[in-house]
Amino acid sequence: MKIVALVKHVPDATAERTFDDADHTTDRTGVDGLLSELDEYAIESALTVADGGDAEVVALTMGPSGAADAIKKALQMGADSGVHISDDALHGSDAPATARVLAAALRRIGDVDLVLTGMASTDGGMSVVPAMLAEHLDLAHVGFVGEFSVDDGTVRCRRDGDTASESVEAALPAIVSVTDQINEPRYPSFKGIMAAKKKPVETLSLADLDIDPSTVGLAAATSVVDEVTKRPERTQGEIVTDEGDGGTRLVEYLAAQKFV
Amino acid sequence: MPVERVVPTPEARDLIDLVGKIADRDLAPAAAAAEEAARYPRELVRMLGRTGLLGLPYDEEFGGGAQPYDVYLQVLEELAARWATVALSVSVHGLSCWPLANYGSAEQRKRWLPDMIGGEQLGAYCLSEPHAGSDAAAMSTRAVRDGDSYVLDGTKAWITHGGIADFYSVFARTSDDGARGISCFLVPADADGLTFGAAEHKMGLTASPTTIVNLDGVRVAAERRIGDEGAGFGIALHALDAGRVGVAAVATGLAQAALDEAAAYARQREQFGRPVIGHQGVGFTLADMAASVQAARALYLAAAQRRDRGLGYRQQAAVAKLVATDNAMKVTTDAVQVLGGVGYTRDFPVERYFREAKVMQIFEGTNQIQRLVIARDLERFGE
Repeated sequence: MKIVALVKHVPDATAERTFDDADHTTDRTGVDGLLSELDEYAIESALTVADGGDAEVVALTMGPSGAADAIKKALQMGADSGVHISDDALHGSDAPATARVLAAALRRIGDVDLVLTGMASTDGGMSVVPAMLAEHLDLAHVGFVGEFSVDDGTVRCRRDGDTASESVEAALPAIVSVTDQINEPRYPSFKGIMAAKKKPVETLSLADLDIDPSTVGLAAATSVVDEVTKRPERTQGEIVTDEGDGGTRLVEYLAAQKFV
Repeated sequence: MPVERVVPTPEARDLIDLVGKIADRDLAPAAAAAEEAARYPRELVRMLGRTGLLGLPYDEEFGGGAQPYDVYLQVLEELAARWATVALSVSVHGLSCWPLANYGSAEQRKRWLPDMIGGEQLGAYCLSEPHAGSDAAAMSTRAVRDGDSYVLDGTKAWITHGGIADFYSVFARTSDDGARGISCFLVPADADGLTFGAAEHKMGLTASPTTIVNLDGVRVAAERRIGDEGAGFGIALHALDAGRVGVAAVATGLAQAALDEAAAYARQREQFGRPVIGHQGVGFTLADMAASVQAARALYLAAAQRRDRGLGYRQQAAVAKLVATDNAMKVTTDAVQVLGGVGYTRDFPVERYFREAKVMQIFEGTNQIQRLVIARDLERFGE
């Protein structure tokens, strides 16, 4: 069985994240990058399936050279190999272009039984790429999965909603995006860190995937960011000193803000 | 302020980053409550073991990480900066494996070392006795040969991991020939006649159990003797060289934590209209604390680098242990002072750091013994 976990290298969400001054794309140079935490759940899910049987786990990413770190982290956690799509022409690609490129890479990897993704990236946060991928590859997609099992060519999923949980089954191959409730991602072991050095990572360009560079990247994006305005600094809150009427004044404040 | 570390390889960098992440996520939030309740975090240490941290300096052939001491010790420092008990635990475990790893026969190492450093087991190091602390060679615990085994009788004192360890590296007297009459034994925790006192009520490191270990007719197979009969004291002293740089690294981490806490507080606490760090009395105190921490780190790394190059490092280990632990005592004391009244309460961690620092001047050889080691080296130089 071959499982591909999609991983993304994103700016550290705990740092001051910004946009590039010139083209308003995400600034990936001024901030430390890391493997999107939500993707760790996808890797853990893949490794859990692999732990229970004979499965190969491939980590796939698209991104500039720094994205190799996301692959490395997946390999350190236990993935068997990595595929890194890197091409300057991809800079500024939107979600549809990303999905098209990833679909081409999945076709090239070949014989993929299960594609696992996180529920969103922690930078873009659109959650649309898995469904778009499924359209390109004509596969079933089950999103926001809180638990799943693979058995006899079928993936059986539990999708948790606000008011109910649904049981959804899909024939393999399929694309499953998992939530941050599905597991507790493992830490890499030191042996994993050492072993990752020797695991194969294939780097692919757009030419390798037969994709015309003019169909991806910022110029081909279907949405354009015209302007970026920095969120105003947080102002100091209003301090209510309790002089016997603290409760009333708090409620008045909350009512004025339409919270109650 | 994050510590800017110099490490030899990208893998060592990844290891240090991983340890920092685990320490921040899993150790730091649990430390205060477990210390208050005197509860040893066995599961967390097991998790560190599965990560490979309990065998870092040992050979890959036996499942170790084959990391140089300058990396291993920085891992200890990172752990200590979040929870000294856990860092000490890793250090003492490493010390307990040291006799077998360095003096065991090929057969002994093959048989026992992989499990000992594999992450699931925990070791204890039994040298001190109630009446033989600094003068360890005055020990009275006996090991009497009886056929294919030795029978051990006596009492060991101040044993970290007493009662929870899976194996005990025990030093016992096989003859009355002073320091030359001591041998080393690897005693499994389930040996008949091995019992433990109640955990000592200590001033700090309360989550780390320290007990008396009683050996009452404990029969140990002769094949569990590590090194030659009579070679034990030399093994113990060599092991302590390694243990002392470990303690120096732990003390440095503790001091770093105290400095970070004090500096953060001094940046936000305002008196006389500005943050107290801007008042020279406080700012200079913090500067001296930073200098003390960095000096300690430089010393243990200097000792580690000698060791990694196969050079003698006994004096350097003693200097590192002496300075790092004295500095940790001073830095943690000053941290309480910088925080003032709140520093004296248990709502802030610095009073705990202060209590934890004290014992580091005492264990793994008191700082008076470190001075003795250094002075003897200086004396010999004149001969």
